[in-house]
This record gives sequence, C-alpha cells and structure tokens, in this order.
Amino acid sequence: MKVLPGEKPTLLHTKVSRRKLLGGAAAAAIVLVEAPFASAVQMAVTQAELTDPTKIPGVPPGQVGTRSAFEKPVKKPSDISSRTPLQDLFGTITPSDLHFERNHNGVPAIDPAKHELVIHGMVEKPIVLTLADLKRFPSVTRICFLECSGNFRSGSEKLSPQDICGLTSQSEWTGVMLSTIFRQVGVDPKATWFLAEGSDAAVMTRSIPVQKGWDDAMIVYAQNGEAIRPEQGYPFRLFLPGYEGNMSIKWLRRIEFSDAPYLTREETSKYTEPVKDGKIRYFSFDIDARSIITFPAYPAQVQKGWIEIRGIAWSGRGKVQRVEISTDAGKSWHSASLNGPVLDKAHTGFRYLWQWNGRETEIQSRVTDETGYRQPTYQELVTARGSKGGYHFNPITGWILKPDGRVLLSNG
Amino acid sequence: MMKTIFKITTSVLLLSWASGFRSFPKPSPAWGIASDTIFNLGRPATPADINRWDIDVRPDGKGLPKGSGMARKGKTIFAQKCAACHGVTGVEGPNDKLVSTDSSQVKAIGNYWPYATTVFDYIRRAMPFNQPGTLTDEEVYSLTAFLLEANQVIKPGTELNAQTLPAVRMPALKKYILDDRTGGPIIR
Ligand code: HEC
Repeated sequence: MKVLPGEKPTLLHTKVSRRKLLGGAAAAAIVLVEAPFASAVQMAVTQAELTDPTKIPGVPPGQVGTRSAFEKPVKKPSDISSRTPLQDLFGTITPSDLHFERNHNGVPAIDPAKHELVIHGMVEKPIVLTLADLKRFPSVTRICFLECSGNFRSGSEKLSPQDICGLTSQSEWTGVMLSTIFRQVGVDPKATWFLAEGSDAAVMTRSIPVQKGWDDAMIVYAQNGEAIRPEQGYPFRLFLPGYEGNMSIKWLRRIEFSDAPYLTREETSKYTEPVKDGKIRYFSFDIDARSIITFPAYPAQVQKGWIEIRGIAWSGRGKVQRVEISTDAGKSWHSASLNGPVLDKAHTGFRYLWQWNGRETEIQSRVTDETGYRQPTYQELVTARGSKGGYHFNPITGWILKPDGRVLLSNG
Repeated sequence: MMKTIFKITTSVLLLSWASGFRSFPKPSPAWGIASDTIFNLGRPATPADINRWDIDVRPDGKGLPKGSGMARKGKTIFAQKCAACHGVTGVEGPNDKLVSTDSSQVKAIGNYWPYATTVFDYIRRAMPFNQPGTLTDEEVYSLTAFLLEANQVIKPGTELNAQTLPAVRMPALKKYILDDRTGGPIIR
C-alpha cells in the first residue's frame, strides 16, 4: 500500500484490490477505511503500516467521537447499580457514559414531547411544565458530585476504588433553579416539605424540605454539555447538591407541597442507617466528607521511586478544605495539593508527590471539609455508630503497597 | 388510644426537625436571577392533571383511597401475585424478606418500618415488581393487611381502611431518630 510517485496519495480514492479487502498472508490487522461515496470498508494492512500511523491516512471525521480502541474504561454493573471506574479517570468530570447508575426498576424510555411535570399541593397556582418550558427559564450551570449514600464496600483485599466507592460521579449540570419555579407557583408559607416523584417503574418518591428548594436545588436537563442521559433522568431530573443521590429524583414527573413528610419506603425501609443503642437514623440527607486515593490503588502495579499519589475528595456540606496523606498507615500526615478551583459540593482532585523506598507500607488519605468535619477511620465510625456499615459510611481507605509492587486494599 | 400515641410521636419528631429549617420563604438571590421575577411559563394544572398521578399516602392517612381489605383475601392475592419473588409466607425469597417479628432477624416490615401507611403506598406504586401499578385499591388494602398480620403488627381479622390503617402503631417507630448532624468535628 505504499504511495508511489504518480499514484493517488490517499486511500479514499485508491482502487482497493480484492486481496487487500479480504486480507491475505500479509494482513496484520483489519482497519476501517472510507471508500468512495462515503461508505466505509474494512481493509487489511500490514504490521508495518499499522505501527506507523504516518504511513496510512487516518479515519476521516465522523458524526460522533469514539474512545481509542486501546482505552476501555467500563462501569461495573449489577442488577441494581453500575459503578464508575474511578481508578481509570483523570480530573474530576466523569464522562457521561461512565456516570454511576442506581435505579429501582430500570431506566424508563421517555419521549420528551409527551413528558410532563405537575407541580401542585400547597401552592397558589398549580402548573404543568414540559421540557420546552423548563428551557425557557433562566438557566444555571454548576459542577457538582452526585453520590449514592449506600456507597461503601469491603471484604476483599482485591477491591478497586470502583468496587469500594464507585457510586459517586461528577458532572456539569445545567437547568433551572427550583426557587425560580417555587416563586411562580406561589408556595404556601405553611408548606415545609415537598414530595418529588419519578416516572420510572418504581415511581420513586422522596420527601424533601422546602428550604432545600429555596437554597440550591435545581431541575436539570443537561449534563456535561448535552441533554442529560436516560440513565441520569432524561428528559430532566431533580438535582439536590450535596444530598444523597436517591433524593435527586430522576425522570421527574410530579412535585407536591405538603405540611408534613411522607415517610416513603425509600426514606424508612431504605436510606436509613442503624446507629447506637438500636436506633435507626432517618432523614440523613447530607453526604459526609470523604476521600479516596485512586492511584496507586488496586489493581495498579507500582515501582519504587517517585509516585504521585492522586485521588478525589468531596463533601456534601460544602468545600473541601484540606486533604492529608499518610504513607505510614496513619501514624503521620502531610498536606496534599488540591487541584483548584475548589468548588462547593464537588469532587476535588488532590495529589501528593512521594518517593517510595520499595518496602511494604500503607498509604491513606483523609479529608477535612469547611465545616471542620474530618473523615473518620473505619474504627472511629464503628465505635460512633455501633455498626459496621450501612448508609453514609465514609471511612478512610488504606492501600497496602507490597514489595513486589502489588497494591491491595487494607483491611479488605 | 392507639391513634393518640401515634399522633403525638409523629408531630414531636417532625416539628423538632423542621425547626432547623426556618428561614423560609426567602428567594435565593444567588445565581444572578433577580429574586422576585416571575416567568409564568407552562400551563395551569387541572384537577385531571393532578388526579392521574396523585397516589401518595402520608402517615396521617392523607391520600388513602376508599375501600378496605383483610388478610384472608390478601393471602390469596399474595400467593398469586407476590409469592414467586417473596416466597409463600413472605420470607423464602428470592427477593426482599417481607416478614420479621424480632430485631435479631433481617430487617423487614415488622421490625424496621415505622409507618403502616408506607406499606400501602409502596405496594400500590411499585409492586408487583414486574407489573407495577396494576393492583386495585381493595387488593392493596388486603395485601397490606396480610403483611401486617404476618408481621404480628395487627390482630388477626383486622379490617384495614382509610381510618384504621393510619392508626396502626408500628413497633419500629420508637427506634427512629432524626439526623441532627450539621457538620463540625464530631463523628456520629
Ligand atoms: C418479579 C418479582 C417481584 C414480584 C412479583 C413482587 N415483588 Fe415485591 N419486590 C421485588 C423486588 C426486586 C423488591 C426490591 C425493590 C427495590 O429494592 O427497589 C421488592 C420489594 C418489595 C417490598 C419492600 C421490601 C422492603 O423491605 O423494603 C414490598 C413490601 C413488596 N415488594 C411487596 C410485594 C407485594 C405485596 C407483591 C405482590 C403484589 C410483590 N411485592 C411482588 C420483587 C417482586
């Protein structure tokens, strides 16, 4: 396939021989090449041509981009959720197709032209809004994390950040402030709660304090520059910055104002946590501050010498104030650098440059948020709550570096 | 009698919590939107718009429909429409155990749910899992009675309706405490 003098310089216009199309002894790989009249054909190329990208014209522009065939970050799905591969990501924006999922009876297929949001109850003027209506309101764009409060796993030293806490992701969300809509409907001052309801097969419902609506709640229809994905609530969802993910009702179809909460199944049977003295704590909305080292972490393999310890930290109660790193299993702590700008209720990247001497040790990270709350150890949490897990469980995660370079979860 | 205790407990719990949120109703001046502009978008909601979806039920019984049900009938419906996933007596699985009468067992309605109205609301909106929203109100009352009786929360033969269901006192209610954490250094 060498381009000889006088020959047409691009494969797009080259007559493709049958041997090359079907592949022969010399074929090392099959690549996609655009043929005349814009149809793509598969083409066999030799090893030399494949390894030297300057010797073969590349793929022409397309309608949508693709990931490199060499990069395969994937979510880890179960029947009820799908976890973000935190250890494969850089920066703090989660690619939309890798945003975690947690739904209670599948992702509904919704035609935006037929979808309506009804707002009623203790209001002066009950209304019906469509996606088109929502887009006419002044828009607000904001970067925030979204985390499921049931985001803690342990039980094996071979767990990755994705396995341990992959039910957190971050996006740039665009939509309308709920307060803008509250003013239009004329919320009765006696209304203290509103019920938000989804249009999925679980008809998901949660009670939310009206004050959150006035503070910073949104209805969002876009995520990372495009329409919100079906898995995230298309055509629009409620978005409650800093609150446990389940409350940011996806596929939102109804808001009802009330002078009492509803105590739905999702705020009693689920999303409540056992605490001391046999008590059950409910309406725990805020996500507690948490951090995790995403590199080096299982299943990475490391070498002695310089290692940039990296990870993310976040708090549902405000900004990350400080992240500290320990390279001696929590005996001493050093400040990590935060990757600014540090945003309110947002994943914040941190890094700490360290020289590993190759001997076995344990590295940990802990965050302090702007309220002065510092991420607890597993033992501190167990002692404080009298339980070894449950919702809102945010302990320090430690990684053991083995002399052979393996990285394993501590206390897995 | 049962009803009185229920009411006091509920209002004390909820009032104490809601008071933390009293700076209402101040429009937020943040985000660059004039705090008093009203855009008047969308259309007025008619009673029909609201009634097609307004199925929620509160602990005080607001939202409960007409009709009634008893466990005997509920048992038959449960065998037909629920047992495949929850087991004949509600504990054999493969999905969630629905019956538990002491705190050492898996958490379920009898030892973990604080309000009986939630059982009605949840079954009506979300079950059966493979055919949600297909049960009649009478069926939901009967299934609720069956499950509450199996969990030894109501006496055998109790009829459930819009008056009796909110008066049912759940054993787990006394365990519920509101989250009062607001940040700061304390670990709880
Ligand atoms: C196809 C299987 C299936 C059928 C049939 C089914 N369920 Fe369920 N049920 C589930 C699943 C799965 C869950 C958990 C859903 C979740 O967590 O979001 C559940 C949850 C529940 C719960 C809540 C349990 C808890 O502790 O939170 C109740 C109550 C319930 N089902 C009652 C019923 C009743 C009554 C019927 C019959 C009308 C029924 N189910 C039929 C699968 C089923």
